Amino acid sequence: MTRGLEAEYVQILRDYLDSQEEDELYGAQKLGKFLLRRDISPEEMVDLHGRALEKLGDVPEFVRASFRILTEVMIEYGNAQRSLNSWRSKHAQLQSEVAVASAMQQALLPQNMPTYPSVEIGAISIAAHEISGDYYDFMYVDEHQFSLTIGDITGKGIPAAMCMSMLKYAVDSLGEIRLGPDQMLRHLNRVVERNIDASMFVTMLFGCYDTQSHVFRYAVAGHEPGFLYRAQEGRFYDLAGSGVALGIDGNSQYKEQEVHLQIGDLLILLTDGVTECKLGRSYMTREELISNLQHEVHLPSQNMVDQIYRRLLMLTQFEQRDDYTMIVLKRI
Amino acid sequence: MIVAASNSETIPIEKETDIVTARQVGRNMSRQLGFGTIMQSRIATSISELARNIYLYAGTGTITIETVENDEKTGLKITALDEGPGIADLRKALEDGFTTSGALGAGLPGVRRMMDDFQMESTLGKGTRVVVIKWRE
Repeated sequence: MTRGLEAEYVQILRDYLDSQEEDELYGAQKLGKFLLRRDISPEEMVDLHGRALEKLGDVPEFVRASFRILTEVMIEYGNAQRSLNSWRSKHAQLQSEVAVASAMQQALLPQNMPTYPSVEIGAISIAAHEISGDYYDFMYVDEHQFSLTIGDITGKGIPAAMCMSMLKYAVDSLGEIRLGPDQMLRHLNRVVERNIDASMFVTMLFGCYDTQSHVFRYAVAGHEPGFLYRAQEGRFYDLAGSGVALGIDGNSQYKEQEVHLQIGDLLILLTDGVTECKLGRSYMTREELISNLQHEVHLPSQNMVDQIYRRLLMLTQFEQRDDYTMIVLKRI
Repeated sequence: MIVAASNSETIPIEKETDIVTARQVGRNMSRQLGFGTIMQSRIATSISELARNIYLYAGTGTITIETVENDEKTGLKITALDEGPGIADLRKALEDGFTTSGALGAGLPGVRRMMDDFQMESTLGKGTRVVVIKWRE
């Protein structure tokens, strides 16, 4: 500790003892902030105070001795302060690792939407924190068909991200062998079951869209049911289908479902971050979600997903609690 | 590199009052070496932590305190030795928050930060040796 600091402290102490004014106390508070920035430990501060007293007059021996007790106690506080500093630097390192992981994860999500003349696709995926447990992807099958995946990995953060990169790899590889949706999920289930922690699982919808027949064939593994919007009737229907989430039972079987889209019809696929929006104290009901969807069905697909996200974010007072993903596919 | 060691004193640690003795010896030696009051207290605290670890986890052991010199400076070296159960994961033992007390900054990480040199070796079932040095500025 520098002599200048000691002199300043003696001055503050002397001024205060003379005046007992609040502004000296304010000065002391500012000094405290300065000392913390300089990493002056509590025990050094106690020592400084003891030395300052000696400058101001005769210090009785019992006061001097009492400072030794105070110093000894303060060393433990000093240890806590030094420990905090090391936690801080560890925290900063973790944060930068998370930032890198987050950027890598973004690169796993599709950079371009598939373009076919008779369908219009919109997608949005926003993580609640830096790292998302939601996953979606599109894959080119042939000039008339593409497949799509939407999934939700239990938990968030690094474990979810690691699981997601494995899923992406598995979906990409299995996609090459053109499995039907039910078989795709059956294989993915085995991969997940074998390779992730028993406490984790993945919900997923995998489907294949034919842009000539406008038939969407899909299978579901414990995933949040999506919606089918019939433009003719102006009504929303739950997409049928159920099945055990991936990673729970290695022998799970999945059932293929099929829907046929008419012009103007929409497929709305989502993760539970959409349906589990919290409005005040209660969760949004499916009916409330439908009425929000209804307001935006006239928009082009990408605008629609963007607009619905904004609406729901506003309704939840900008508090996004879970990872949020929505895909809208419209037959035009 | 240490070129000379002198004034060596070894305190057996068998009961809690031995911790006090070790602190006292360390404080006196650090005062004689010319350490300031804060550093005297930090050295005493470090010795205390090392001795407490012996007392709590190994039962018995020794604390040796000596003056050391290298080419440029003089310092105080403390060696804590025990034949206790040993520590399985040294990196973990030096992590903040690992101690059973859970207190922030307590235990070995605190000692490492208060001292200049820190060495530690441990063999499961054989014992542990911790050597720390505080150099005089």
